[in-house]
Amino acid sequence: MRKLLLGVAMAAVLTVAACGDGDTNDAPAGSTAAASSTAVTGKLTVLAAASLTETFNQIGKDFETANPGVDVTFSYGGSSGLAQQINSGAPADVFAAASPATMKTVTDAGNANGEPVTFVKNQLVIAVPKANPKNIKGLSDLAIPAIKVALCAEQVPCGAAAKTALASANVKITPVTQEQDVKAALSKVQLGEVDAALVYRTDANAAKNNVDAIEFPESASAINNYPIVTLKDAPNPAAATAFVTYVQSEPAMKVLTDAGFQKP
Amino acid sequence: MPQRLTEPGILTALRLSLETATIATGVCLVLGVPLAWMLARVEFPARRFVRALVTVPLVLPPVVGGVALLLVFGRRGLVGEWLDSAFGVTLPFTTAGVVVAEAFVAMPFLVIAVEGALRGSDARYEEAAATLGAGRWTTFRRVTLPLIAPGVAAGAVLCWARALGEFGATITFAGNFPGRTQTMPLAVYLALEQDVDAAIVLSLLLLVVSVVILAALRDKWVAA
Amino acid sequence: MSLDARIVVRRAGFTLDLELSAAPGEVVALLGPNGAGKTTALRALAGLVGMADGHIALDGVRLDRTPPEHRRIGVVFQDYLLFPHLNALDNVAFGPRCRHVPRKQAREQAREWLDRVGLAEHVRKKPRQLSGGQAQRVALARALAAEPKLLLLDEPLAALDARTRLDTRAQLRGHLSSFPGATVLVTHDPLDALMLADRLIIVEDGRIVQIGDAATITAQPRTDYVARLVGLNLYRGHADGTDVALTSDFSIVTATPQQGDVFVAFRPSAVALYPTRPDGSPRNTWPARVTMVSRHGDALRIELDGPIAVAADVTPAAAVQLDLAPGREVWAGLKATETTTYPAG
Repeated sequence: MRKLLLGVAMAAVLTVAACGDGDTNDAPAGSTAAASSTAVTGKLTVLAAASLTETFNQIGKDFETANPGVDVTFSYGGSSGLAQQINSGAPADVFAAASPATMKTVTDAGNANGEPVTFVKNQLVIAVPKANPKNIKGLSDLAIPAIKVALCAEQVPCGAAAKTALASANVKITPVTQEQDVKAALSKVQLGEVDAALVYRTDANAAKNNVDAIEFPESASAINNYPIVTLKDAPNPAAATAFVTYVQSEPAMKVLTDAGFQKP
Repeated sequence: MPQRLTEPGILTALRLSLETATIATGVCLVLGVPLAWMLARVEFPARRFVRALVTVPLVLPPVVGGVALLLVFGRRGLVGEWLDSAFGVTLPFTTAGVVVAEAFVAMPFLVIAVEGALRGSDARYEEAAATLGAGRWTTFRRVTLPLIAPGVAAGAVLCWARALGEFGATITFAGNFPGRTQTMPLAVYLALEQDVDAAIVLSLLLLVVSVVILAALRDKWVAA
Repeated sequence: MSLDARIVVRRAGFTLDLELSAAPGEVVALLGPNGAGKTTALRALAGLVGMADGHIALDGVRLDRTPPEHRRIGVVFQDYLLFPHLNALDNVAFGPRCRHVPRKQAREQAREWLDRVGLAEHVRKKPRQLSGGQAQRVALARALAAEPKLLLLDEPLAALDARTRLDTRAQLRGHLSSFPGATVLVTHDPLDALMLADRLIIVEDGRIVQIGDAATITAQPRTDYVARLVGLNLYRGHADGTDVALTSDFSIVTATPQQGDVFVAFRPSAVALYPTRPDGSPRNTWPARVTMVSRHGDALRIELDGPIAVAADVTPAAAVQLDLAPGREVWAGLKATETTTYPAG
């Protein structure tokens, strides 16, 4: 019980830390001044997938340092929810989604300005409690009936990716639950309610005090690309373009890869 | 739209919702009515504390309630660990878990309604019953309960409605698995991730079913 | 089935402490003003109020630790408390059912009881469909059907209008006389007490102030409350022969010689009023001032101030003649033969 409480407390601390500067301080802010050629100003609103929370907070700070006249505001959430907001006319400059399919709903609706660019990709790992008590080595272990597994629901990107990975590995598993998003699946591991969950490497990385991440080869078949795009009705198109360019710059990439994302 | 309604997954979720809400209401009645009676009629030192504890799910975000349930009934929870080792029973991710989550969140509605009814009813009828030789249980069954029946019915209807709409505690404590723990609100939420139209259809279906049942129950039990 | 009890109940600023006994078949009335603790005493007997001290014994069996449902003490409550969701029959059958009499048999017994109180045609009626008098009889039948060893009646007639009250009182008297156990009746109405009870216990401020049968109490009240109740002027004084000192500088002459502390009582109609000091005839005369005039039956009741406060009854004609109004100075006269004197010991 004590261990569990400790885990919960740590999860809480992690969340708080993530809202601040997290553990991505090693991207020195001063070294990024050259990223944008022309200084931009004004307010910039970025809608981004929830899995980008920690990294984009850091990148946003760095971007503001490089462009002192800019004030960046982030709104994080499930990609599909954000896409709906955009298609319903929410005023925003940039959209970063966790899956091309979600991005497609925005481009199909004619709300994007130009073609989206894939800036990072994310891969599934098996998240297990610290020290891997059930000794799980690969996907096939998840098919053992005594092992309780949480997956994401197929309707959300991480669930779709898990489905593809399992199909390519030809492994059939019956999860005890299909969670509404990747963080919920991960928290079930942290709380000890399940023995394993298929989550993104970045999420496992963010919770590395409580969970271990086990890589498995079949994840290559279900790589999740993250596209970013400036929006057609952007109130501040200049800053939007500058931000999208900055996200693909070397310093921003370091922040992203340190968090577990891969270059595309 | 009619075609969407007949998808097996939808009907399964609807049936699960109706079943679990009804069972949860039953659980609330069995636990909540005696609890309300205690709160209304028995003086005991921890009464304020117990009342606060019973009503706290009303103000707690349901997700927090779900976390609390995991801490108590989870696999490593206070009671859950013992349940697992002694009986091999685990509640999370089971239909029973859904009932527990719904009952936890809906209980205050019943307890508050019944306690109010009890406080409004004349306790001297219970004294009259005692002088006629009725013990506590007989008095409760034959005098108190019939007198507060409208209050109990109103509380049960509210409780059922709350259980039917339960989302946060359910998805946190019982997870989401079609046919086992995926109730209508969960199905609506997940449908919204992929297909807004489907979500709207599901929401309308839940709305219609709820309104019809509440209207029927109200006329039958509460208006009397 | 005799009752022997000492009831002690403590509340903030109030202590009830009375000894009570009743023989089988006897009806004892607790009579007293509102707030005297009569109802509390009844509730303590029934076990609905905890006692701080004392005991309750029925036929020598101690009951003070027994819960109400096992005391076999029947209660007719002031507002009857008939169960509103049950009809008259099931209300009366409630007691037998609690003693595990089968449903059919319990209803049969209930029907007999309702027949006995004259309500055979009303068995199916819900309490709200019954008149006050009928509800009172159902309440009595319900209490008796539980076969109590002791019957308690709390202001059984208070909720009834004057006419119904007269009929119901007579019927109640009949039912009480055929009840084999002891009965304790609480009332603030002296007429109910006098008509229904064999013995009166006067309770004031949580204590017994007088016990006796109707005749004794009406003839020789021992407190202002009882005196007013029975319509007498009552004073406490010190007697030396036929002279009784009521205050340090006022005494009256009585008919029967006594020694020591005594009560002196006389009826308001025995007090005569005069415009000036009368000569000769009454032995006692004193100056007085009218404080209040009110109707009292055919007469007028005149409240007077003076060396002693006194009530006098005069005819309306005399009142007009004397011009009696508050503030009027008159002389009061009282014949020695109209007074009753008895020891206050």
